[in-house]
Amino acid sequence: MSKYIPTIGIEMHCELKSNSKVFSPSRNSFNELANDNITPLDMAFPGTLPSLNVKPVHDALKMALVLNCKIPKFMYFDRKNYYYPDLPKGYQITQNTEPVGINGYIDIPYQNDTLRVKIHDIHLEEDSASLSHFFDVSLIDYNRAGVPLLELVTEPCFHSADEVLAFLEYIRTIYQYCDISEADLKKGQIRCDVNVSISDNENTLGTKVEVKNINGFANIVDTVNYEIKRQSELKDKGRYDEVEQETRRFDEETGMTYRMRSKVDAIDYKYFVEPNIPKFKITEDLIETIKDEIPMLPKERKELYTTKYNLNEIDANILIKNKDIADYFEETIALGVEPKTACNWIISSIMGYLNKKDISIKEIFVNPKRLKELIELINNGTISSKQAKEIFQKVLEDKKEITEYITKDNAQISDSETLEKLITEIVTNNPDKVEAYKNGRTNLFDFFVGQVMKETKGKANPILTKEILINKLK
Amino acid sequence: MYVNRTIEEIHDALVKKEITSDELVKESLKKVHEVEDECNAFVTILDDAKGVDVTDNLLSGIPFGVKDNYSTKGILSTGSSNTLKDYVPFFDATAIENLKKAGAVIVGKTALDEFGMGGTGMTAHTGIITNPWNKTRMCAGSSAGSAAAVAAGAFPYALGSDTGDSIRKPAAYCGIVGYKPTYGMISRYGLFPYASSLDHCGVLTRSVKDAAIVVDVMKGKDAKDMTSWDSSNIHLKESLTGNVKGKKLCYIKEICDLSNYPLASTELKEHLANFQKTIELCKKIGMEVEEVSVDKKLLNAEPAVYIVLSYAEATSNLSNLTGIIFGPRGNGENINEMMMDHRTNGFSPLIKRRFVIGSYVLQKENQEKYFKNAQRVRRLLVNAWKDLFKKYDGVILPVGSGPAKHLNKDLDNLSKDTEILEEHLQIGNFGGFPSITIPNGFINDLPVGVNITGNCYDDENVLNIAYALESNMNYKNMIAKEVRK
Repeated sequence: MSKYIPTIGIEMHCELKSNSKVFSPSRNSFNELANDNITPLDMAFPGTLPSLNVKPVHDALKMALVLNCKIPKFMYFDRKNYYYPDLPKGYQITQNTEPVGINGYIDIPYQNDTLRVKIHDIHLEEDSASLSHFFDVSLIDYNRAGVPLLELVTEPCFHSADEVLAFLEYIRTIYQYCDISEADLKKGQIRCDVNVSISDNENTLGTKVEVKNINGFANIVDTVNYEIKRQSELKDKGRYDEVEQETRRFDEETGMTYRMRSKVDAIDYKYFVEPNIPKFKITEDLIETIKDEIPMLPKERKELYTTKYNLNEIDANILIKNKDIADYFEETIALGVEPKTACNWIISSIMGYLNKKDISIKEIFVNPKRLKELIELINNGTISSKQAKEIFQKVLEDKKEITEYITKDNAQISDSETLEKLITEIVTNNPDKVEAYKNGRTNLFDFFVGQVMKETKGKANPILTKEILINKLK
Repeated sequence: MYVNRTIEEIHDALVKKEITSDELVKESLKKVHEVEDECNAFVTILDDAKGVDVTDNLLSGIPFGVKDNYSTKGILSTGSSNTLKDYVPFFDATAIENLKKAGAVIVGKTALDEFGMGGTGMTAHTGIITNPWNKTRMCAGSSAGSAAAVAAGAFPYALGSDTGDSIRKPAAYCGIVGYKPTYGMISRYGLFPYASSLDHCGVLTRSVKDAAIVVDVMKGKDAKDMTSWDSSNIHLKESLTGNVKGKKLCYIKEICDLSNYPLASTELKEHLANFQKTIELCKKIGMEVEEVSVDKKLLNAEPAVYIVLSYAEATSNLSNLTGIIFGPRGNGENINEMMMDHRTNGFSPLIKRRFVIGSYVLQKENQEKYFKNAQRVRRLLVNAWKDLFKKYDGVILPVGSGPAKHLNKDLDNLSKDTEILEEHLQIGNFGGFPSITIPNGFINDLPVGVNITGNCYDDENVLNIAYALESNMNYKNMIAKEVRK
């Protein structure tokens, strides 16, 4: 560990979920076929104009509200001017003068406690095209050009890679909870820039180094740790002046960062207000409507699960990680299922099946209603837990209703009259065993249970069987 | 000849089958070639253009010209720039789409000052465009080719675009009508941008009524242009009653009074005297006209404001021209060299100068001083005009400092103190005001024009005033004399 205090700030870019791109009508979806999701605007053909899409605007406002940001009175955009092959217009439409949210904060769960993360701003912008570089050519895919992007900028308020990771993971679940983004790391939907500095004391900040465009949370953790180590070693050696205000990149192969350019060479983006998108008023009504769309967030749900439903921390954490699973859980208990039972079924059987099949809980045939049916059959003694597990698998395979599997053949014998008649018979036919049991060979109890099961082909209700046997053998 | 008539007359002839649409197109093309030979007004002539079925729509079957900065599907659209010299778009501008739906027939793409920048008609990549009234004079710009062709009678109307005065000034120099409606009335989708906050689509015609007929078809809210608005309750042609009794106009002393120009040329003196005659005519036909004053300091700042704002927007708007996706690929070892080669060789020196100034005023350290201040002065000027519109239906002003200037600039006494006279039409772009120029006389056998500008959304009123004035003068439906011979 470094003896210095590291300070880290994050710029998190997340691609938003929407039918069409933020300023054009082309589809916004993952597409294997390059340059398929495009309209003339996405390639900046002369005369094309941006048309702002409503969904990303609402999502941006929603996220600004979740992050307790100050929201401006008007929404408008700026042009960020620079030349790059992935930027067909020669400028990016973004928000610089008046981001959709500023000066916010969010409390995130961190090591059994809460960590307050300060938000500098959050703004809506468009993504660039994606480039693939080969030995002698580079290819451009404009499918990504114009995909809505939310950039969330934190204050330099983290002091370890663990804090950064906790934040990223929590924000990722929020994006999913609010249905703003799939936030799929495998599809590269989240990319981050990190700013790292180290200092001797709490009151001053050291020289800030920026590492740009890092994909994947593990890489971000590695970047932060590497930079802390690199800067600390230089400082230890009395060479802190070699830590420059610069932009670096992270190399996955080596796990190291490399210098790209100095801040002195920073581009002047010549921002100015985008004239083709008229300013529009963000009304109180709109804000209220959007507020109503914000679901209960993971931190609040966890509190609910551990206090009201008496789940333990570990179980609660598993349930809240995915909103669909948490929703499934809540739906099940709303149907009257006891929370712990519902939780156990979801965590063991259901999530096991989801993992095996790599599907989402929304796609599973055993919906909360069917799960409740199954659990009720156990509770009223129609089937055993073991049978329930077997039926669960069969129902999933055949996609047939549970009742189809409850036949005379597999239904439990829970009728005490029938069982009593059978047990009386067995007791009468084995007087020596009864004698021995009564003389202290208590392990013979299992023999009698075994006989009952043998006669009923295992369908006798085990609890009832035990109750009757105890009575008969007194 | 039919193509040199008014739209209604041509429509009538088509309906009565005096001429077919196909014959009309052929007649137009013949004239187009003549104008091309005389004035160099075209980038592309569509020799294979065909007539269409004539419907109830007044524009059906009638040929027209399009400024080459409109995107036309399958037809070369260059913006009169080498950077797009081979560019054939695969989509139509919305205004073109609307005209095509009405049955209008494109016969040619007209030349312009490169991308609409420049007010001379001398910077097109196809060469200098000359004035059909006198070939030693310029048409002004940037809609120079459209103005020349309409004035020469090649077709009844041609589309133009107007960022500073690019429709209204060439119209004056060529003795025709130039109209740019309120900002956003016609969708800009498909118009190659120069300065988005100032760019307007519009039309050049030989009469006010023709302008009304054409814009009635071009206009409309367009989902592809967020600055467009619903004008379905505006019916320009129907609003032309010619009744202007009780209408109030004003003109600005600091622009119109001869005493502002101590070095005035004879042409300027005649021009301002002619303007006063028009003012008298306005009064005669029932309008009240008053002289008003606007702060001279504010007026003097106007040309610089235009330069700062339009050049800044232009440098950004034209950043898509890299030769990577469209346009000729530049040479170079890497992408930066290729882009630089494309832009260095593609743009004329005038445009490159504008880019340098535009970038300079947007730089972080200069933005407050130049760009932001220019925006503030723009607001002041717009407010000054809006104040006038509280009391007056329109502002009436002379266009330019006289008739068309000589192509050889040395012959013109270009003086700094007539700058406001040359540039005041740009205020119409600052405010997005509806603005129309009509011919109001001749000086040295060359036409001169007068402009009426009104408040936003008041297009019907502005056009009706112009219509009334036009009806009481003898300059309607003129055909330029050099090509008339």
